[in-house]
Formats: sequence, C-alpha cells, structure tokens
Amino acid sequence: MRGALPVLLPFRAPERGPPTLTRAHLVMLAVALAALAPAALAQASGAPLSPLAVVWKWTPLLLAGFGFNLLISFAAMAIGTAAGFGLGLAQLGSSRVLRGLAWALTQFFRNSPWLVLLFFAMFLIPFQVRIGGVTIPLPDWLKAIIGFALPVMANVSEIVRGAVRSVPTPQWESADSLAFTPRQTMWMIILPQCIKRMIPPWMNVYSLITMATVQASVVGVTEMLTLTGQVHAAEGGRPELFAPLYGFALLCFFVYCYPIDLMTARLERRFQVR
Amino acid sequence: MSAAAPTWTAERPIVELHDVHKSFGTVEVLRGVSFSMMKGEVICVIGPSGSGKSTLIRCINALVPINRGSIRVEGQEVNDPALDKLALRRKVGMVFQQYNLFPHKTALQNIMMAPLHVLKQDRREVEERARLLIRKVRLDGKEDSYPGELSGGQQQRVAIARSLAMRPQVMLFDEVTAALDPETVKEVLNTIRELAEEGMTCILVTHEMGFAREIAGHIYFTDRGVIVEHGPPAEFFASPKDERTRQFLSQIL
Ligand SMILES: Nc1ncnc2c1ncn2[C@@H]1O[C@H](COP(=O)(O)OP(=O)(O)OP(=O)(O)O)[C@@H](O)[C@H]1O
Ligand SMILES: [Mg+2]
Repeated sequence: MRGALPVLLPFRAPERGPPTLTRAHLVMLAVALAALAPAALAQASGAPLSPLAVVWKWTPLLLAGFGFNLLISFAAMAIGTAAGFGLGLAQLGSSRVLRGLAWALTQFFRNSPWLVLLFFAMFLIPFQVRIGGVTIPLPDWLKAIIGFALPVMANVSEIVRGAVRSVPTPQWESADSLAFTPRQTMWMIILPQCIKRMIPPWMNVYSLITMATVQASVVGVTEMLTLTGQVHAAEGGRPELFAPLYGFALLCFFVYCYPIDLMTARLERRFQVR
Repeated sequence: MSAAAPTWTAERPIVELHDVHKSFGTVEVLRGVSFSMMKGEVICVIGPSGSGKSTLIRCINALVPINRGSIRVEGQEVNDPALDKLALRRKVGMVFQQYNLFPHKTALQNIMMAPLHVLKQDRREVEERARLLIRKVRLDGKEDSYPGELSGGQQQRVAIARSLAMRPQVMLFDEVTAALDPETVKEVLNTIRELAEEGMTCILVTHEMGFAREIAGHIYFTDRGVIVEHGPPAEFFASPKDERTRQFLSQIL
C-alpha cells in the first residue's frame, strides 16, 4: 500500500542507499574516526570488522536516525502541549458540556496504549488532504507526530488541571472579591502561580515520549531503531553485532534522557520546598 | 443595575439586610438575619465558631449567594440574578483572615492589579495611588517585596491597601488578625482604626473584644445563624441580656 504512493516515502533511507549518507558524514567526522581507523583498517582487507568498528562505521547514520527521533519528539511535544493546555483549561471551564467533553477526551487518550494511538493515527489520518485546490501530503512521519501528540495532549491536560487545582481556593475568592472575571483570574493570577509546578511533570512526559518515538519503527517510519535493524542486516546479520548495535541505540537515548530526568527531579525538589 | 441604585442617599442605610437565609446543602447556616447600618458606621460581629459570621459577611459582597431575603448595598440589591457584580465589588472591599495576596506579584503590584485590569484606570494614576496606600498602611520601602518576604502583619496591611485601591464605600474584615502573632496584631488594628476614624464604613468579624469595644458603634452577637443580641458596646459588654451571650462572653473575656 505504501510502496505505491511516493508521498508516503518521506524519510526512506534504504531506497537511496545508506552508504551515500554515511560517506558524507564520514568525511565530516573524519577526525573523530581517526582514533578508531587503525583497528578498522587492519581488518578491512579480509576479516569482518570488529563489532565496535561496525558501530563506529555506522554511527553517523544511526545518529541521524536518532536526530529524527528527537525531531518527532519535539514536534509531538509542541503540538501536544498546545492542545493539552487548551484541553486542560476546557476541563476547568465554566461550560458543563465542554468540561465533560474535555474530561472524557483526556481520560480516553491518557489511558490508551501509546502504540495503539500511533496505529490509529497512521491508519485513520488520510495520506493527503485537499484544501481548496491544494493537495497537502501527510507523510508517515507527520502522522506519527500526531500519533505521539495525542498522549502528550492528554497528559498535559491533566498536568494543567492538577496544577490549577493545587492553587488554594482563597486565591480565587480574593480575585473574585476584587471583581476580576474568572478568565482574568485564570490568566493573571492562577496560571502564573502554578506554571512552575507544571514544568517537572511536563519534562517527565517529554522524556517518556522521546523514548516512545522508537515505536514509530513499527508503523514504518524510518528512525533510529529502523536504521539499526537495517544496519544489522547490511552487515550480514551477524549475531555478535546485535548487542553492540542495539546497545548503541540504548546508549543514545540514555545519554539524552537521563540528564532530563535528573533535572526534573531537581526542579521537583526545588518547587516542593517553596 | 438595580432600579433603586441611583436613588440611594446617605440618609438611608448603606448596608441593609432583611431576613437573610443561607443553607449549604441541608445545613442552615443563616436563619433570618436582619440589620442595617449607616455610612461611616463601624459594626463588629462576634459569636462562637461556626455560628455563620464568615458566611454572613461573604453574602454582602456576593461571594456567597443567599437563598432567601434581601441585601442592599447603597440601594443595590445583591440577591438579584442580574446582579452587576463589578458595581457591587467596587463598593465593597473585603479582607480575609489568610491575607490571600497574590504570591507572584510584589506588594505594589498586588495593590495595582485590580484598578489596572478590572477598572482599567490609567497606570500612572494607579501607581501614584498605590504608593500613597503603601505609605498609609506604613509599609514604605516594601513596595517591591513579594508576599513571601513579608511578615503576616505586613501582608495583611498590603491586603487592606489592595482592597482600598478600589476606593470602596464599605470594608468587610473577616477575622483579619486571627492568623497573626500577638505583636503584629496591633499594627493591623491600628490601620483599621485609622480607616474607621476617617469615616470608612466597616463591618468586622473579630475575636478581639477589646478592639471591638473600642472601635465599634454597635456589636452584633450571632449564634447558630441568627443575631441573638446586639447593642452599643458599653451596654452590650456591661449587661448582656441573653444567656448565650453571657456564656460566650464569660468564656472569651
Ligand atoms: N462552602 C461551604 N460549604 C458547606 N458548608 C459550609 C461552607 N461554608 C461554611 N459552611 C458551614 O457553615 C457553618 C458556618 O460557617 P462560617 O464559616 O460562616 O462560621 P464562622 O462563624 O465564620 O466560624 P469561625 O469563627 O470558625 O470562622 C459551618 O458549620 C460551616 O461548616
Ligand atoms: Mg469565619
């Protein structure tokens, strides 16, 4: 199904052949490579490359894939945060119907497996939309971003609701007695007070969604995990390469996410003290 | 706007309650409260915990909607589905036991916010007034302090200034010294005393009997949602008639 439609092939490295990409990056990373080059060259003549050398050789491509994971995570986070903020405020709004609807949406998307949401996004969103006379293609990676934005939205919605609820009601009363409208109270008095409290849980969601982006490989979006598999295959699928290659992917995510988690914990502690 | 509003004159009561009833669920908290006061008067409401004092004064600025009866402020009916809340709350300022300052704003900003954003008044004029109010409550130099950097008594005086910035006609004080250290109670009471001396109409819920006796023109004693007894302080404290009043006073004095 996907093969027939070029619009659905946005980031399909294999078609163009990974070596092209690799060589370009190899040049850029020549200096760094020099350190490992002797070992690699020594084996280049006949014997297969050592696992470490293989990882090293493919590092530029794998890192480009990782960069794509990050891109997906940024975009999903941005869209999900904006939508979640609106949904969270709707959960706190004065309209009963809207409140109920926002609550239901939040609960639904918060309690669905992310991978299932991703599948839904992939298969329910059309591959292109026509607005007026213009056809806008919706490539797989864009659909994946939307698929990941859904759980982000639901989680941000709850974060907003929880933070606003954590502001003591006397704040509302004193604003009310000064004739602030509910909207003014929310935007000028309540939200500025609790925005800080939203940051740690929000960062937590970010860390989780970053790690979840590898699920995009399941629905055919080429990202780091997909590339790792392809590299493994390109190297003949040698079993001893499995651990180093996938270990490298793990390492990338760990090195990226762990500092975020550390910072989250630190902020959490700091905001708790106040 | 209530039709009666434009016709109000200072010869008529500024605050007038008639047979006010209020229930929370099945709990009747106010069971027919009536009183009235003239402009410039100061009254104190005293009574045991849970007798409905807070509820009573919260009804006056419509923070709590009532079930039955009538409340008029400068002739404006508060118990009206089409109530002009802005008009009412400009007239009635309120100070709470827990100060409830906005923690993310400085003292000066706390005072300026409502006139700026609710009344949409000119910033320069508002700031000038806010600085005068800071001086009035004797907090010169604390303009740029955040509530968290101020003592309870200082915060409460900022809260009073914040309320005064709306130029209210009536001030409601709900046990505003109850959360304070004994040393800082005095500062806040002094501020209220000065206000009263300037002719501000004040309704105070308080446990400070000495202050009530000194400042109030009239004392109201509430118990279980009704006014049991009232009178000028000299009379009220010297010869309480009702048994419940006597009991309460003997416990507290
Ligand atoms: N929002 C509310 N919902 C339900 N019950 C309430 C509410 N506010 C007050 N009550 C009840 O109404 C009664 C009177 O409360 P209120 O706060 O007016 O008393 P009070 O005289 O101010 O007491 P205190 O001296 O302790 O401040 C209490 O029994 C209280 O539990
Ligand atoms: Mg009370």
